[in-house]
Amino acid sequence: MSKRQAIAARPSAAAPTRAAHRLGLLREMTTIRLFEERCIELYSAEKIRGFLHVAIGEEAVAAGVMQNLLPEDAVVSTYREHGHAIARGMPKDVVMAEMLGRLTGCSRGRGGSMHLFDAGLRFYGGNAIVGGGLPLAIGVALADKMTGRRGVTACFFGDGAFAEGEFHECANLAALWRLPVLFVCENNLYAMGTALARTHAQTDLALRAASYGLASWPVDGMDVLAVEEATGRALDRVRNGGGPCFLEMRTYRFRAHSMFDPELYRDKAEVAEWRKRDPIELLATRMKQDDELTDSDREAMRAQVEAEIDQAAQAAEGAPLEPVEELTRFVYTEGTGGVR
Amino acid sequence: MTTTTTPAAVGTIQTTYREALREAIREALREDERVFLMGEDVGRYGGCFAVSLGLLAEFGPERIRDTPLSESAFVGAGIGAAIAGMRPIVEIMTVNFSLLALDQILNNAATLLHMSGGQVHVPLVIRMTTGAGRQLAAQHSHSLEGWYAHIPGLKIVAPGTLEDARGMLWTALEDPDPVLVFEHSSLYNMSGTLPADAGHRDIQRAAVRRSGSDVTLVSYGGSLPKTLQAAESLAADGIDAEVVDLRVLRPLDDETIMGSVRRTHRLVIVDEGWRTGSLSAEISARVTEQCFFELDSPIERVCSEEVPIPYSKHLEQAALPQPEKIVAAARRVVG
Repeated sequence: MSKRQAIAARPSAAAPTRAAHRLGLLREMTTIRLFEERCIELYSAEKIRGFLHVAIGEEAVAAGVMQNLLPEDAVVSTYREHGHAIARGMPKDVVMAEMLGRLTGCSRGRGGSMHLFDAGLRFYGGNAIVGGGLPLAIGVALADKMTGRRGVTACFFGDGAFAEGEFHECANLAALWRLPVLFVCENNLYAMGTALARTHAQTDLALRAASYGLASWPVDGMDVLAVEEATGRALDRVRNGGGPCFLEMRTYRFRAHSMFDPELYRDKAEVAEWRKRDPIELLATRMKQDDELTDSDREAMRAQVEAEIDQAAQAAEGAPLEPVEELTRFVYTEGTGGVR
Repeated sequence: MTTTTTPAAVGTIQTTYREALREAIREALREDERVFLMGEDVGRYGGCFAVSLGLLAEFGPERIRDTPLSESAFVGAGIGAAIAGMRPIVEIMTVNFSLLALDQILNNAATLLHMSGGQVHVPLVIRMTTGAGRQLAAQHSHSLEGWYAHIPGLKIVAPGTLEDARGMLWTALEDPDPVLVFEHSSLYNMSGTLPADAGHRDIQRAAVRRSGSDVTLVSYGGSLPKTLQAAESLAADGIDAEVVDLRVLRPLDDETIMGSVRRTHRLVIVDEGWRTGSLSAEISARVTEQCFFELDSPIERVCSEEVPIPYSKHLEQAALPQPEKIVAAARRVVG
């Protein structure tokens, strides 16, 4: 399957009916959820190591934003990016192989969970320095603008990155040069274990972004339809030369920051309250109300996704590791002479 | 034209290091539409060392981009633009300021290709000023190119001659990986002649700038003229020094360095960086690893004193490698 087909073949792209479209979104979010739950199991089984940051609870952002992106668009993401990669069209088996550090992974097993790359999909990582992807994103957008390409660069980052100088430098530069960038701030209220309100005097991030001249607004990040609608509106604006946009996706991470996090910093009651707005259940409930989904449809879809993830996990476990002799490949571009 | 020209002047031009750099940038902008220059004060101001003077009028604001004082953003933007098919030249005013962009240079430019399994190439050129000698004190005068030479994934060049100022940029732009160009601030006014058709120079090899048989003096960048001056002083005393200009700090050209040491059997390394944990230490280690038994005396190093570079002229000069220090070191190794 070509990269372009991979994007076009996302479950709900160009679905003929509203029901089919919503089913596609439900399937996408379910895929991300089950994929990450499987990753947690594989972590416990010590098949995935290092850092593992899951976005369980935040699936609506990945699914809703990616729905609107075209093959010519680009994506720059963070270390919590499995959902972004899958929703962008990266095959699950390739992502899973990367999680297990295999040669068949998207980055040959060199990046792992935090560094998923697919140049063909214009998916430029997987950046584990908070805020570090933002300058890269405005550069990709600058190149697209200078060469007259139509692409928009969607740049994902968290509320933590809003405290970094790089955000403020890039917000200004993107607005100044009217670059085709969609800033997608996933505000899950915690920078690792520190609440937004403990570290920011003004917690209305959309308001602050607006001060740079970015068209900015907050979005209910638990409602995939709201995410999709807002992203579509923002992208129309960016594509039509209206300059960069900033969307503050108000969302919540249901699980710990990483597998090492004992979650001492937040109440279980707070998590339980947010879980009532689980983005997957929210959409499923709405679909049922609109007679667009039955329990058996949903079960069948879930079983199918589970089977796909089984297959991806099995393939990854059986995949080869990169030979150690190749350790020093790609420090420099091959064929130009390496460092002695 | 009725004036006559002497035969020696035919085919050569009088130029400076600054003008040679500018001509190289101009050529790149003319020949490759993917190239653009971006940095602080590169446009209306003409470059803080006047390297890009006049280029805004010639190429316009799309290709000569003034940036805000946001080193991380515009260096990172250069990386992103390079990934997406452009060939940016990013100018950072001084190496001290480049520390504000160190995250982008190290965690992105140097890392993306390997970390992405060979997918994401970063054909970026970053130019910056380095070095002391202009009484700019401790936050504008350091020589940190050795730090950058520590980093796999980067290529580091330091043009020390007019030929290299004119000829290295094109090759750096053709390179598919990030190349950092260090221009020593004391060299911008260096003048001389170049062939009118001065061409592109490699960014792989060191060069022997003066042949000699008694001692090898390894140097680069702003220390090169001082080293050549020292070699002349030594010659007057009957010591025949060979001067190796590293030109490229990563990858180091071991072959040229070792070749010279095998001829002279004595080595002095001149580096404006600090001695501890430095490029000079790396060269010294390589020589002992690769041709220990060729050495007839211990290796000497002439580096900056281990202090922040001070403002006051006499203190600044005392902190830096000087021809007389190089001469003294060479005499010690020749014995």
